[in-house]
Amino acid sequence: MNGWEVVIGLEIHAQLATKSKIFSGSATAYGAPPNSQADLVDLAYPGVLPVLNARAVQMAVKFGLAVDATVAHRSVFARKNYFYPDLPKGYQISQYELPVVARGSLKIVLDDGAVKTVGITRAHLEEDAGKSLHEGLSNASGIDLNRAGTPLLEIVSEPDMRSAKEAVAYMKKIHTLVRYLEICDGNMQEGSFRCDANVSVRRHGQAKLGTRAEIKNLNSFRFVEKAIQYEVARQTELIESGGKVVQETRLYDSDKDETRSMRSKEEANDYRYFPDPDLLPVEIDEAFIEAVRATLPELPDQKAARFARDFGLTAYDAGVLSASRELGAYFEAVVANLGASHAKLAANWIMGELSSALNRENVDIENSRVNPEQLTGLLNRIVDETISGKIAKEVFEAMWSEDKPADAIIEAKGLRQITDAGAIEGVIDAVIVANPKQLADYRSGKDKLFGFFVGQVMKATGGKANPAQLNELLKAKLGGGNA
Amino acid sequence: MLHNLFIGELADRLRKRQISSVELTRHFLSRIERLNPALNAFITLTADRALADAAAADARLGKGEEGPLLGIPLIHKDIFCTDGVKTSCGSRMLDNFIAPYDATVVARLKGAGTVMLGKSNMDEFAMGSSNETSYYGPVKNPWDISKVPGGSSGGSAAATAARLTPFATGTDTGGSIRQPAALTGVTGLKPTYGRVSRYGMIAFASSLDQAGVFARSAGDAAAALQVMAGFDPRDSTSVDVPVPDYSKSLGQPLKGMKIGLLREFFEGLETRNAALLEDALNIYAGLGAETREVSLPHLPLSVPTYYVVAPAECSSNLSRFDGVRYGYRCDNPKDLMDLYKRSRGEGFGAEVKRRIMTGTYVLSAGYFDAYYLKAQKARRLITDDFRSAFEKVDLVIGPTTPTPAFDIGAKMNDPVLMYLNDIYTIGANLAGLPGVSVPCGFVDGLPMGLQLIGPHFAEAKLLNAAHQYQQATDWHTHAPRGYES
Repeated sequence: MNGWEVVIGLEIHAQLATKSKIFSGSATAYGAPPNSQADLVDLAYPGVLPVLNARAVQMAVKFGLAVDATVAHRSVFARKNYFYPDLPKGYQISQYELPVVARGSLKIVLDDGAVKTVGITRAHLEEDAGKSLHEGLSNASGIDLNRAGTPLLEIVSEPDMRSAKEAVAYMKKIHTLVRYLEICDGNMQEGSFRCDANVSVRRHGQAKLGTRAEIKNLNSFRFVEKAIQYEVARQTELIESGGKVVQETRLYDSDKDETRSMRSKEEANDYRYFPDPDLLPVEIDEAFIEAVRATLPELPDQKAARFARDFGLTAYDAGVLSASRELGAYFEAVVANLGASHAKLAANWIMGELSSALNRENVDIENSRVNPEQLTGLLNRIVDETISGKIAKEVFEAMWSEDKPADAIIEAKGLRQITDAGAIEGVIDAVIVANPKQLADYRSGKDKLFGFFVGQVMKATGGKANPAQLNELLKAKLGGGNA
Repeated sequence: MLHNLFIGELADRLRKRQISSVELTRHFLSRIERLNPALNAFITLTADRALADAAAADARLGKGEEGPLLGIPLIHKDIFCTDGVKTSCGSRMLDNFIAPYDATVVARLKGAGTVMLGKSNMDEFAMGSSNETSYYGPVKNPWDISKVPGGSSGGSAAATAARLTPFATGTDTGGSIRQPAALTGVTGLKPTYGRVSRYGMIAFASSLDQAGVFARSAGDAAAALQVMAGFDPRDSTSVDVPVPDYSKSLGQPLKGMKIGLLREFFEGLETRNAALLEDALNIYAGLGAETREVSLPHLPLSVPTYYVVAPAECSSNLSRFDGVRYGYRCDNPKDLMDLYKRSRGEGFGAEVKRRIMTGTYVLSAGYFDAYYLKAQKARRLITDDFRSAFEKVDLVIGPTTPTPAFDIGAKMNDPVLMYLNDIYTIGANLAGLPGVSVPCGFVDGLPMGLQLIGPHFAEAKLLNAAHQYQQATDWHTHAPRGYES
């Protein structure tokens, strides 16, 4: 990789969360029986005409405003002509020369904490195609047109990314943003959010871009990263061994972790774009734009900045907690009850125990078995020193599995922290008496044995001794003998 | 005879219960049975359905319901989808296609109580000026069955001229209503682009296609347009402009109306055609209209412009006919490419293929700017020419066609010669303007038409000007020999 610069641009396809299709009244719900959500318009019957879904335009404008882009006052739908069985009209209605959104940008945070701005060339509306089905059919192919006509927003970045990691960070940021805006459900398994990656390499210092390959249809962050890494290695090896990269479309095979040529530039279709005469230009006035602007939620960057400012969180924590609206809302609900001065405690617990439980059980935060009020109930017991942080983890697991409030579990299991100095001293005395050898060693300078005594006391109290008090009392008792 | 009556007269008799819609329908069905074999004006006859529609109309009439078209028979060009009825568009490609829905035009006319006698023959996918490209064979001109009736709505025109129907629907992309109306001696109206919904009308060239009507008078055309016109939320290019009362606007005096003579139309006009127009201008002068010459300098670009724009759009519009979901599919396709190639190769006729190829070419990378974009610029110039003309005059007037009906087969091997038939009609399509052709006399015993073109949404003015002319002349009442009685 030495001496090479990687150049990446992404074309992200976000399926817009409209109830009906972009040019017909059919539903867009996922997973319906084949062709049950395709009407005469979707089937491209003779004589039918498209009618634009205004909701799709609103969503595109919402995105444009969120990335500080220019919303075009006039944009035009064009036909992209090619034959394929899952494309019933023989053309896809898309936007070509005049997209609805242009010239935006988005900030991403790199691994070293640096902030990078990625340019967004354009975002345009288009319809999705159907699906060809080959499995379970002998000597025939099936066509499911349920997806045909589903609205897509194609978001095209500038070639601003310089590594696979940057590309993933950008894609994740867009993913976060479209879900914030509630314009896309972001479901990558169902194909609601996917991307094509344009990848090229050039020698450091070279001004001209290298020849690019386009990797099609990547539907997970991991695949994006792996496919780009593979492609970068392939291209640099190819050039270093005297070969040339050819402009082509490639497919990523996740089983073999490699990209394969799909078609070269010469084989590429001539799509014969021209303005769709069935649809009028989309005219958007300031009033429409302002009405959409009024529906914008607090955006991820704004929320992260507020979390950092109001709650004293690190930039990293603020970024994690604002990664989705739901996570941010959970955090804010806990802090509201617990008090802003304990925001760091709340952040640690949500990003730690709660997140790992959610991941382990593969549950969304909206469906968490421990809700914000319940978690607050637990954290309050840490704050008032009823239990230690360590015991709290045990209580949390019990809350998760038994669906009981923290206090009930603490009482039932007798986990209340021992803060009575006399009681702790009694246990310490007993431990010292039982371990004369360790006591002698400690006193002869083996400081490390301090931890042994802490462990013994904790064991004897079932972990309930207040750790700070224990430390203090133990030091006094052990050190006392020395003095 | 019933078939010589105008729609208003028929409606009057129906309302007074002097005849029933069923009787009227039987009358036309029997004429069709007797006279159509020589004309081939129909692709599908829907006699049973017509009688059922007529009985339903009679029931409505019996309840005292009134309507200018209630119980009146008609035929639809086979380009309009008709629920449950074959809709072939004149092509082998759709020979097996039963439409699952009604076009908006069909639905509106059905709602008004019309009775559908059948579906009329037409050039394949409306591509033709002689009705010779139909998969179902040429339509003959009732004035002389060795002649073409014009196209593409040749069946609707011939059937209206032969009094096989009181009126008929048609579509006009480059003259496909006005040219056959002129060649068969009937009144043909092409409304403003966007005045009548295109939903359910099989697309040829979407930015030019417009539904309209054939009738035997401007008054009849007004009654039909009244029902057909209006905004349709299913057609984004239909325009939400109020529909005036067209019949009421007939009868306005023409005094002071300014009619523009299109210099480009009169230059080089054949003398007998020019003489007929001269007569017409005298009639208009007698009605109080003022005439003055106007020029549309870019009008000579119409034909080449049209033959870039229309094929470009058709090459894309006809891509859906791929043998996959409906329509013609070749036998035993080897693979997908074979399915496409043979289904389209066998399903489409020569003229359709010629236009698809032309259109594909002009949209191709490297040619797009030189052809498609240039044509769009020319189209804009032609539109602007009309706009400035209409700042000076109310309507413009000229011939509908350069010649009367020509022999069947005469121009089939020379597409450019055939395309020049549309030289006077195409301009209105490129500019989206309403136009009407009305009979204005005969050359060699064959009818000729004069054409009036107006500004956008000036149908009322246009129909009134045509109506006033028809009040002062009787050209529109002439029937071809053998079809009067």
